[in-house]
Amino acid sequence: MTSNRDVWVFVEQEEGKIADVSLELLAKGQELAQKLNSQVCGVLAGYQIEELADKCIHHGADRVLLADHPELEIYRTLPYARVAADWARERRPYVFLFGATPIGRDLAPRVASSLRVGLTADCTDLQIGDYESKKAKQVYPDLLYQIRPAFGGNVIATIVNPNTRPQMATVREGVMRRRDPDTTRRGLVEKIEPTFDVRDLVLQVLSREVRESQVNLKGAPIVVAGGAGVGSQENFELIQELAHILGGEVGASRAAVDAGLVSREHQVGQTGVTVRPRLYIAAGISGAIQHRAGMSESAKIIAINTDPNAPIFQIAHYKIVGDLAEVIPMMIRAFREKAK
Amino acid sequence: MTSARAYYSVVLVKQVPDTHNISGDVMKEDGTINRSALPAIFNPEDLNALEMALQVRERYGGTVTVVTMGPAMAAEVLRESLYRGADRVVLLSDRRFAGADTLATSYTLKCAIEKLGHFDLVFCGRQAIDGDTAQVGPQTAEKLGIPQITYAESIVSLEGDEIVAQRAFPLGKEWVKASLPCLLTVIASANRPRPASVRKQIEHKLAAAPMEYKSLLSRWPEFETEEKLDAYLAAHNLKIPLWTADDVGADADKLGLGGSPTQVHKVDFVVLESTESKQVPADQEGIAALMQELVKEYIVG
Repeated sequence: MTSNRDVWVFVEQEEGKIADVSLELLAKGQELAQKLNSQVCGVLAGYQIEELADKCIHHGADRVLLADHPELEIYRTLPYARVAADWARERRPYVFLFGATPIGRDLAPRVASSLRVGLTADCTDLQIGDYESKKAKQVYPDLLYQIRPAFGGNVIATIVNPNTRPQMATVREGVMRRRDPDTTRRGLVEKIEPTFDVRDLVLQVLSREVRESQVNLKGAPIVVAGGAGVGSQENFELIQELAHILGGEVGASRAAVDAGLVSREHQVGQTGVTVRPRLYIAAGISGAIQHRAGMSESAKIIAINTDPNAPIFQIAHYKIVGDLAEVIPMMIRAFREKAK
Repeated sequence: MTSARAYYSVVLVKQVPDTHNISGDVMKEDGTINRSALPAIFNPEDLNALEMALQVRERYGGTVTVVTMGPAMAAEVLRESLYRGADRVVLLSDRRFAGADTLATSYTLKCAIEKLGHFDLVFCGRQAIDGDTAQVGPQTAEKLGIPQITYAESIVSLEGDEIVAQRAFPLGKEWVKASLPCLLTVIASANRPRPASVRKQIEHKLAAAPMEYKSLLSRWPEFETEEKLDAYLAAHNLKIPLWTADDVGADADKLGLGGSPTQVHKVDFVVLESTESKQVPADQEGIAALMQELVKEYIVG
């Protein structure tokens, strides 16, 4: 079956709330669809969630495929994969995007394997462009460029799927910008009754505990972040104190999280959260691209590092070569004096 | 009530370049990795997966088989597994596996798991630090036609053909019950992987795959020939089985680079765009001036 040029977005929802990354992807999907001269279709599954279809349309979907069924009330891999894979197999969209959330990263590989198509994880950018395969001696026009940092973040790789449809990717939360909802937008909602195999229902959710994030990195106007160079819990408390008095949030590089200095919720970067604050203070962070991918668009960046050659200095607006254990107390003191 | 029984586990592990400590020119022209340029380690979360499997064996009985796919040097993670208590290890190695993306990899692993025979549980780390994709586990489960429990933090119970496991996410936990066989991807917080046992290390020090015989002979010249070495290892149960594409009955079209739908269009080394920047002296005066400027520009305060 041949593919059309449509862009599908898996719209992740839990308890009737659509995930931020899905709204971001609907907006990005609309941008891609315009280049492809096609449409964006939201793939929405759940139970008693029909009213969310309009929200998808307001955020960029031209159409919504809706599965509303009691077996879809709580996310489970197999029933959701059944819905997404069956529809994609039948209609062969050109592109199928998922958020790189715990749900998207559980579901997308299952669907891709079932469809026997390629999948690229954790993209930070998506574009449309041509691809010339030297081996196949062929030019493939208008492929989806799936762009992601690779190999510990040392390089940026552009991945393509020349021969399989849909071209599938998961995308990091926060890297695409959502659009303001347009309540005048109209679209088609197509309700499809899913059919499940008994083997789709072999897993039951017994109970769940979901907590609200205590960390609001994405919305924070100021982020003070620590990395491997922080070294000790005691020094990390300085970071927390500076964040607190500036009214900001605490961020961290993967190295600091891996070292157990702070919980993973605080992680900024390719495998963490992407932030665009008014001010980003990077203390003891060398600035591997893995980290920079999550903060390089901050309006102002202050970097504090003992190594004058740390890559973070190349994107910093203010460079402080020094020991954060001395510099941060000075900043705290200076700010307290200003505030008097 | 079903009676208690033993459980047969397969653990999928990967040798990875230590991406946390890399520098220099490590990517090849085609976008694949020049692994020889980097120290190779046991993928951290795969050690958590192995630990979980070993704990299942200790609690319920059964066996733990560890499988890896990679070049000859990947046999090292299999020896590491033996040192920690694996009953059996298998090295999947074949030129035709090279350049596999996650789809081709999961197909190859599926073929190997099916060849192993009866299994109840498949464990793997949630993701490998070289690609961070977290795809091979779910894709292998799909190819085996079994349920998956990703982000697994603990096994609450195993009873008859049912598993109850707890999953953990940045913002919550979930308890699920699934029928066996089942695949779990294990996260770092699941357990503290045991260190290698000294006794087992001594026992398995010589364990080797046939591809390694040549280099082994240079270190242990007393074996004289590869044939004698092979006979010795086989007699002492130290021979690491090497399975090729033909051994696992894999369809050549679905392997390696050719079986991988994803292709690398290009790889860019990251060029930092220099930002106009100010050097701030790391003294009280310099810092005070900086804070003043930030307050004045309404960035803080």
